[in-house]
Amino acid sequence: MKIEADAAKCCGSGMCVLTDPDVFDQSEDDGTVIVLDVEPAESHHAAAREAAALCPAGAITVHG
Amino acid sequence: MTGTISTGLPMTRDNPFDPPTELRELREESPINRLQFPDGHLGWLITGHELTREVMADRRFSSRAELHHPLIVRGDGQPLRRPAASPGMFISMDAPDHTRYRKLLTGQFTVRRMNLLSAHIGEIVLDHVKAMRDGGTSADLVEAFALPIPSLVICELLGVPYDERHVFQEDTAKALRLDTSAEDALAAFERIKDFIRDLVRRKRTTPGDDIISGLIASGEDLGDEEIAGMGVLLLVAGHETTANMLGLGTLTLLSNPDQLAALKADPSLIDNTVEELLRYLSILQFGTIRTALEDVEVGGVLIKEGETVSLSLAAANRDPERFDRPEELDVTRSASGHMSFGHGVHQCLGQQLARIEMRIGFATLFREFPNLRLAVPVEEVPLRTDMAIYGVHALPVEWS
Repeated sequence: MKIEADAAKCCGSGMCVLTDPDVFDQSEDDGTVIVLDVEPAESHHAAAREAAALCPAGAITVHG
Repeated sequence: MTGTISTGLPMTRDNPFDPPTELRELREESPINRLQFPDGHLGWLITGHELTREVMADRRFSSRAELHHPLIVRGDGQPLRRPAASPGMFISMDAPDHTRYRKLLTGQFTVRRMNLLSAHIGEIVLDHVKAMRDGGTSADLVEAFALPIPSLVICELLGVPYDERHVFQEDTAKALRLDTSAEDALAAFERIKDFIRDLVRRKRTTPGDDIISGLIASGEDLGDEEIAGMGVLLLVAGHETTANMLGLGTLTLLSNPDQLAALKADPSLIDNTVEELLRYLSILQFGTIRTALEDVEVGGVLIKEGETVSLSLAAANRDPERFDRPEELDVTRSASGHMSFGHGVHQCLGQQLARIEMRIGFATLFREFPNLRLAVPVEEVPLRTDMAIYGVHALPVEWS
């Protein structure tokens, strides 16, 4: 799995961090998405997919 | 099959906890129906979860207030269109204006920042528990707990002196009451804005460690009017919503003793409980609204440029296509994906704060008052069917 995030699209809702704080974080500055683990272990795959699905701004894409 | 609703948005509830039955019947017919608006406009009503998500994520649907046909006739009976957003009122703007304002605030409401507030919010909640105990063995939970806690928290964050809360609380209630005329509602908002504008001016000379002072120092060269607009939005959105979730949520848990018992038996269910109450109660009872900026096909129908779409978040949250047994309150389910904070780039800015306040609020309340109960029959609890934000006007409770 590979995670891509587009901070320009992000609206800083924090849904991704709420869903998996090991994989996602928010910038201290403007709250936009930071991917902490671009290729997370399998145990995080389901949560990463859920985070992408829940993202209100469509800023997260999960490949594979 | 898509039908036309000529009687306006269904608003009649059969009981305190469920959205109007008519919304469910409409959704069963079709997730999108034509809706005749009070000014005669033939727009749309969406009741399905998937279409709600789709429209709210689609930037061809505008949030600009002046484009919307009004959904609700206010007190004076005139279905008037609202004026364009005043400076800073970014909830009623599209990109890039909306983006510019919102980005100045998103760093203040991150999950991490809100988690850091937990201990302090916990202290505030315990202070209110203590005051309830000191006052005897009964209270109006709205006045003693549900309203003051989120009010105090948002005041502290914004830098609004809490002892001046009477200035905005009364006008907020007035503006949200449906029998207030559009003109009077606007005037009430203006008075709250005057109060915040004055505060902005004071903070320009004497800044504090708060959001308003942060906006002044942001380097964005925001005017008093813009900061006042942002401040009013955060102040109103920040206390009425959570307050009503705490009040109505408590009534809901007390009325569903098996669910309350499940939470008490396993306090780790609190996060789930909060999400499920958000889904189940949908206190933004009339949902939200968008207007098409161009022709857009949605769910097999063509929404034309200029047509207004009413999105029933309450109906979306009870959609069986998205949630199993949607009419049941189940604190053990994952209610993730509910629409109570909206979807798209306007999704609630303060949602992580609201979550923390509710988690600590409910957990503390039921821990500190293990035998909390209603002091009146449930039929006598005054419901906010007359307000833009649903909930209870008062919640008489007792304990021993």
